[in-house]
Amino acid sequence: MNRYPLWKNATVLIALVLGLLYTLPNFFGEAPAVQVASVKVTHKVDARLLAQVEEALKAAAVVPQGIVLDLNSVRVRLADTDAQIKAKDTIERALNPVAADATYSVALNLVSNSPNWLSRIHALPMYLGLDLRGGVHFLLQVDMKGALTKRLDSIGADLRSLMRDKNIRHGGISREGQTVAIRFRETEVREKARGILTDSQPDLLLVDAQDGTDFKLVATLKPEAQKRIQEFAVKQNITTLHNRINELGVAEPVIQQQGADRIVVQLPGVQDTAKAKDILGRTATLEVRMVDDEASANPGIMELAARGQPPAGTEYYVERGGRGLLVKKQVVLTGERLTDAQPGFDNQTQEAAVHLSLDSAGARIFKDVTRESVGKRMAILLIEKGKGEVVTAPVIRTEIGGGRVQISGRMSTVEANDVALLLRAGSLAAPMEIIEERTIGPSLGADNIAKGFNSTLWGFSAISAFMIAYYLLFGTVSVVALSANLLFLVALLSLLQATLTLPGIAAIALTLGMAIDANVLINERVREELRNGSTPQAAITAGYERAWATILDSNVTTLIAGIALLIFGSGPVRGFAVVHCLGIMTSIFSSVVVSRAMVNLIYGRRRRLEALSIGQVWKPGLGTK
Amino acid sequence: MEFFRIRKDIPFMRHALVFNVISLVTFLLAVFFLINKGLHFSIEFTGGTLLEVSYAQAPDLDKLRKQMEADGFTDTQVQNFGTSRDVLIRVPISKDAETSKVGERVMASLARVGASGDPKVVQSKAAAEVAAGPTLKRVEFVGPQVGKELASDGALALLLVVFGIVSYLAMRFEWRFAVSAIIANLHDVIIILGFFALFQWEFSLPVLAAVLAVLGYSVNESVVVFDRVRETFKKKRGLTTPQVLDHAITSTISRTIITHGCTQMMVTSMLIFGGPALHYFALALTIGILFGIYSSVLVASPLVMWMGVSREQFIQVKIEKQEAVV
Repeated sequence: MNRYPLWKNATVLIALVLGLLYTLPNFFGEAPAVQVASVKVTHKVDARLLAQVEEALKAAAVVPQGIVLDLNSVRVRLADTDAQIKAKDTIERALNPVAADATYSVALNLVSNSPNWLSRIHALPMYLGLDLRGGVHFLLQVDMKGALTKRLDSIGADLRSLMRDKNIRHGGISREGQTVAIRFRETEVREKARGILTDSQPDLLLVDAQDGTDFKLVATLKPEAQKRIQEFAVKQNITTLHNRINELGVAEPVIQQQGADRIVVQLPGVQDTAKAKDILGRTATLEVRMVDDEASANPGIMELAARGQPPAGTEYYVERGGRGLLVKKQVVLTGERLTDAQPGFDNQTQEAAVHLSLDSAGARIFKDVTRESVGKRMAILLIEKGKGEVVTAPVIRTEIGGGRVQISGRMSTVEANDVALLLRAGSLAAPMEIIEERTIGPSLGADNIAKGFNSTLWGFSAISAFMIAYYLLFGTVSVVALSANLLFLVALLSLLQATLTLPGIAAIALTLGMAIDANVLINERVREELRNGSTPQAAITAGYERAWATILDSNVTTLIAGIALLIFGSGPVRGFAVVHCLGIMTSIFSSVVVSRAMVNLIYGRRRRLEALSIGQVWKPGLGTK
Repeated sequence: MEFFRIRKDIPFMRHALVFNVISLVTFLLAVFFLINKGLHFSIEFTGGTLLEVSYAQAPDLDKLRKQMEADGFTDTQVQNFGTSRDVLIRVPISKDAETSKVGERVMASLARVGASGDPKVVQSKAAAEVAAGPTLKRVEFVGPQVGKELASDGALALLLVVFGIVSYLAMRFEWRFAVSAIIANLHDVIIILGFFALFQWEFSLPVLAAVLAVLGYSVNESVVVFDRVRETFKKKRGLTTPQVLDHAITSTISRTIITHGCTQMMVTSMLIFGGPALHYFALALTIGILFGIYSSVLVASPLVMWMGVSREQFIQVKIEKQEAVV
């Protein structure tokens, strides 16, 4: 007899119910929404913000469909896109009275229309990839060598203040390639310095060297320190990107590390790529250096420098006013010491300015340097994409303590805003380069969904029609099993929130086309058993059992290919591979277990079964039956 | 309905040599085209910038090309994509220009075509709409370092698939089966690539995925036949090896054709409804499925025979396997 034990039937039933439940959210579609998130750590998203948003909307007579507060954002669901844009403007105005200093990011978004009880059991619609919803994708390469160079620069500055603190007289500290060299007059001093350095700078590897009459201590970074710095650089860059993107106001951005030195950034719904790229790609960092006043005053040297031959240890820059000046290579202070940057105006001149706050170490260095260099000029440089620009080079009038510094110098208000944003959002620990970019318009995304859906629909219909015509009732069972397969696959994709892309949809279609193989194998095997004279019940048992080994073997080989794609694939291939592998798993279950459960339900109880509805079984010798 | 009314086993193995010669010739042709013409790699592999723009009215491609050339883009490809109103532009990587800005520069260049259009044509409504400028649907920029990795990752994936399948089949069946199945199916892969080289179809990442998926899929085919071969060797005594192979192929041929027909229905549907994005993917699958039937049945089986598979190899196995079978 062909009967399943109760537990097997129950398993099938539970699987189907769960499949249905988790597939359900995909049918509700999405509604336009506005998402409010905090940009600043000091402002938490809480019930108060929710009330504030509600009030603002009420005042502007925008009726929201619903307002929900989740972990780090408030989402307002709206009836249509017109209301959405109106709501965005209203909330933006209410929450960020000063546009330049935004506390909250207000972004357009889509939220699922599915009822709350579904969201509560984590039944969410499938997560659509950028090629289906539109948006921008960037792959950024972090310049690891740059990370080390930057670190060495700031170590150089640290060493300088360390030597000063310990009263060790040295003949200059400079970065030379990937090393920092400290010069001394006497070997005794060098030994003393070495002792201090080994204690305070465990990351450095110190080697003695001699250069003419000077004794040098050449410091390089230890390999493990290099590795740590590089790892930190990627992490720091990711954090910085997060901050910058938050300021852009993008809903659900994806910022992930990929491999050792790459970062993926995906901004769904963003169409203004130029702005996005500008903000992402800008690697503005701040450097404070001293101006070589004597050389800058000498017209002969300046003329040479303008032609690209500046004196050793200095660099030639053109100030914003058009005047050239020589800036020492030694970095006094870097952007790492910055805690805040705000755009504003100079109290006396009313020029646009950026107000900087330094951390305690930065404040101390700044105080020391300004005390020692009263009357000299200090250059504040903004380094972008490896090229520096002197924003301003003021003369130091008095010692500046307290860590509050103001940069002003022929900047426009917009520029001041941008500079403040870039500095505030944190500096990048290493320069980055965009090595891959993909922009997909929203109409193309919708188009892709329709194409993928239609391919699957028509392919599925054709297969169903054929199977039912050829195998009659068994064909119908196969089609139901195939539908169950589709259901499980969509439910799994929704549950795992795996990203669905166009190749992913193609993989769904292909998986269905391949999954029918198992049912064909079974049905052919049952027919063959009947042809060889088995009774119907025996034919069902033997058909399913004999086909099982083959189904397993053939699915394992397909799975091997799928896994290889999953391991080595990237981008579109990965999307394909994920769905393909999941589809193979679900197809084994649905084509063997689900279809058998159905056949058992239909035929299993009948003791005197004369024939199976599996289409014509032709027997050689008897002619047609 | 019953399509396959076969009274006797079809003597496939009698023609084994013919099949092998046919596949050798196709294989050599494919290799010849691959070497001679090479694959037309998409920008995902070569690096570069790709833009898909759409116009309200079909634009004059020649004009677009000329304007692009005038603006300093050399070696670009401008072609229709799907419909005559959609245009695909490929810009190779150039050393001097700031590569990540190419997209914007191309758009600026295209916009100029509309503006500087022939004055008397501008009168017509169509040209006025062209003058309204193109809308950007998609931009892809791939840096040179990414492409190299993709190629090596693709090769590694292929290697892993081959190794995985050979070891699995060697474990489940016998090394002769494993080797002949993989040879038969690699020959499919080469033939698919040969088609892509011959017609200079674009070889993109989804095509690579399709090729590898086909490799896994058509190995199925050999597995089904080999399964039968093993079963027949165990059950029926007194048959010669070619007879066993003939019997196995004949008794699975209905399933082979129905299954592939079903898969092909799905793929055809993708070919029709999937649009240009899925076109080459579906095309690769189609070739793969067609040659998959042929090679896994009519190439793998003769190979097994030449390698000298025999009943004794399974009788020994039978003693161990018996428990599993019952």
